[in-house]
Amino acid sequence: MSATAPKPAPAVEAPAASAGASERRRRAVRLATDSTALIFVALLVLLAIFSALKPGAFATVNNLRNISIAAAPLLVLGVGMTFVIITAGIDLSVGSVLVFSGVIAVKVMTALGNSGWGVVVVGTVAAMLTGLAWGLVNGALIAKARIPALIVTLGTLGAGLGGAQLITGGVNLRGVPRELVTVVGVGRLFGVVPWLVAVALVVTVVGAVALRMTRFGRYTFAIGSNAEAARRVGINVDRHLIKVYALSGMLAGLAGMISLARFTNTTIAGHSTDNLQAIAAVVIGGTSLFGGVGTILGTVVGVFIPAVLQNGFVILRVQPFWQEVAVGVVLIAAVYVDQLKRRARDRL
Amino acid sequence: MTTPLLQAHGIVKNYGHVQALRGADFAVQAGEVVALIGDNGAGKSTLVKVLAGVTHPDGGEIRFSGRVVSLPSPTAARAMGIETVYQDLALAPDLDPAANLFLGRELVRPGLLGRLGFLDKSAMAERTRTAFAEMGAGVQSDTAPVGSLSGGQRQSIAVGRAAAWASKVVFMDEPTAALGVVQAGKVLELIRRVRDSGVAVVLISHNMPQVFEIADRIEVLRLGRRVARYRPAEVSMEDVVGAMTGAVVQEEVS
Ligand SMILES: Nc1ncnc2c1ncn2[C@@H]1O[C@H](COP(=O)(O)OP(=O)(O)OP(=O)(O)O)[C@@H](O)[C@H]1O
Ligand SMILES: [Mg+2]
Repeated sequence: MSATAPKPAPAVEAPAASAGASERRRRAVRLATDSTALIFVALLVLLAIFSALKPGAFATVNNLRNISIAAAPLLVLGVGMTFVIITAGIDLSVGSVLVFSGVIAVKVMTALGNSGWGVVVVGTVAAMLTGLAWGLVNGALIAKARIPALIVTLGTLGAGLGGAQLITGGVNLRGVPRELVTVVGVGRLFGVVPWLVAVALVVTVVGAVALRMTRFGRYTFAIGSNAEAARRVGINVDRHLIKVYALSGMLAGLAGMISLARFTNTTIAGHSTDNLQAIAAVVIGGTSLFGGVGTILGTVVGVFIPAVLQNGFVILRVQPFWQEVAVGVVLIAAVYVDQLKRRARDRL
Repeated sequence: MTTPLLQAHGIVKNYGHVQALRGADFAVQAGEVVALIGDNGAGKSTLVKVLAGVTHPDGGEIRFSGRVVSLPSPTAARAMGIETVYQDLALAPDLDPAANLFLGRELVRPGLLGRLGFLDKSAMAERTRTAFAEMGAGVQSDTAPVGSLSGGQRQSIAVGRAAAWASKVVFMDEPTAALGVVQAGKVLELIRRVRDSGVAVVLISHNMPQVFEIADRIEVLRLGRRVARYRPAEVSMEDVVGAMTGAVVQEEVS
């Protein structure tokens, strides 16, 4: 059949929703499913508390800008990670891929003379292609060789970081084009939005639209929900998984460029917990580690909760180590809520 | 007898040391309901998966309208108009009924947006409503994830999906297993309507009265082989059960 629409079908009658109980249960499930709303409220409460305690220091445009700049690279990683986790996968390699891509970008830009917008563009493309290549390796090993994602990306985490150190001799490379640092790194779009934040915003919006509104997003959910069912309706599950890991790698490459713009060097040792931070942000944002459920908006909130905590604690002169403790607690709580939701649904 | 619409000959399928199919034969004509029956583990689901392109046989031949075909993927089978209700339903529990109905065949927006893969969600929801129009209750057009529905409702969605897309053959692997009497009756009614539209229906069921009520023919599978073929009008339930358990062997196997 030409497969554009089901013919008006002879159909089978659904059982009348059996009584109020299942209806109530369903409504409860759906409310809990809206954990994005809950976590968003939590972020607003945090912002309110810090603003009330230190209005002069916390609730300023400048401070919010600082929080956003710090969150920008993590947001870019988090968007890719959201797709990966919705397929019921994981990508531990993003921090290493970020560093490796940054190293390649610096090498390329240096070779081209290290000045001018053309060089910046070429460097960005090089970083993204490098990340893409790592992502393709991850995806191929996971989808085709059927090695668990945890192991594959743990392997490329080590290989990527080791590779970066081999190329650089373990010494951070400096020397990025002046334009990258003075305009992208510290400049602002329309004098208001830092360029780094603008880039992260564009990635976020495109990611959210792709996830919610396109076939690519639909397949991402379907595979995470029931890969075998996806396979049986003819979805090329392997190819889609490779694409999703490639996306995550490519965004890690872009985050590498953002990091260069911000820190002006390759910060090789500075990204060992990026992967866990990105995963925590995604999971806090309500995306299920079991796959099939998740939103980019949730990830945005999940990125900002740790960032706001960090910033607020510094301003309140609370030991910043408390931030890590708090994020750990929130992360475990988020996964626990996810478990509860799943159990509530599967009890039927 | 005219050329069967779909015909399997000598299908072999091994899982390690388990011989799920040992030279199974099968045939179905357009516009008939064939009941494929057999004990647990006889190989019914495996045969269905082979004929749906999900599982690749180790041997044997499949003919569609008399021509030898290969079914390398579910897509290949679906392109021939073959749809399947799997025993495990094969639904995505986190997606809503419309997304499941159109899974793998999503409608996209017209023009450039469509080429970028933008989904036409309202069109899919609309057609899901029409496709499930006679399902009463309206549960199916809901936006709740399929996993939050009852087992019977889920089964109805899987059956409705297969019926909506099938143009030649629809396999139903125990489509009434989770259903109450009334719902099972609805499925049988649906099967008749699908058959009357000229589509071949292959029903797998352990419910003998149901089989005798709906089937135009019965094929019996035992230990991975077809052992008997009957017309319900010409045979007793005891004989059929005898064939399933090995007490009666009608077809000699080579
Ligand atoms: N994927 C698999 N891996 C290993 N063995 C399998 C697999 N699928 C089926 N089998 C084996 O093949 C045999 C036939 O299984 P099949 O599911 O086709 O039986 P069935 O007739 O559908 O039974 P039931 O009535 O219980 O559904 C069984 O012994 C089963 O254990
Ligand atoms: Mg079976």
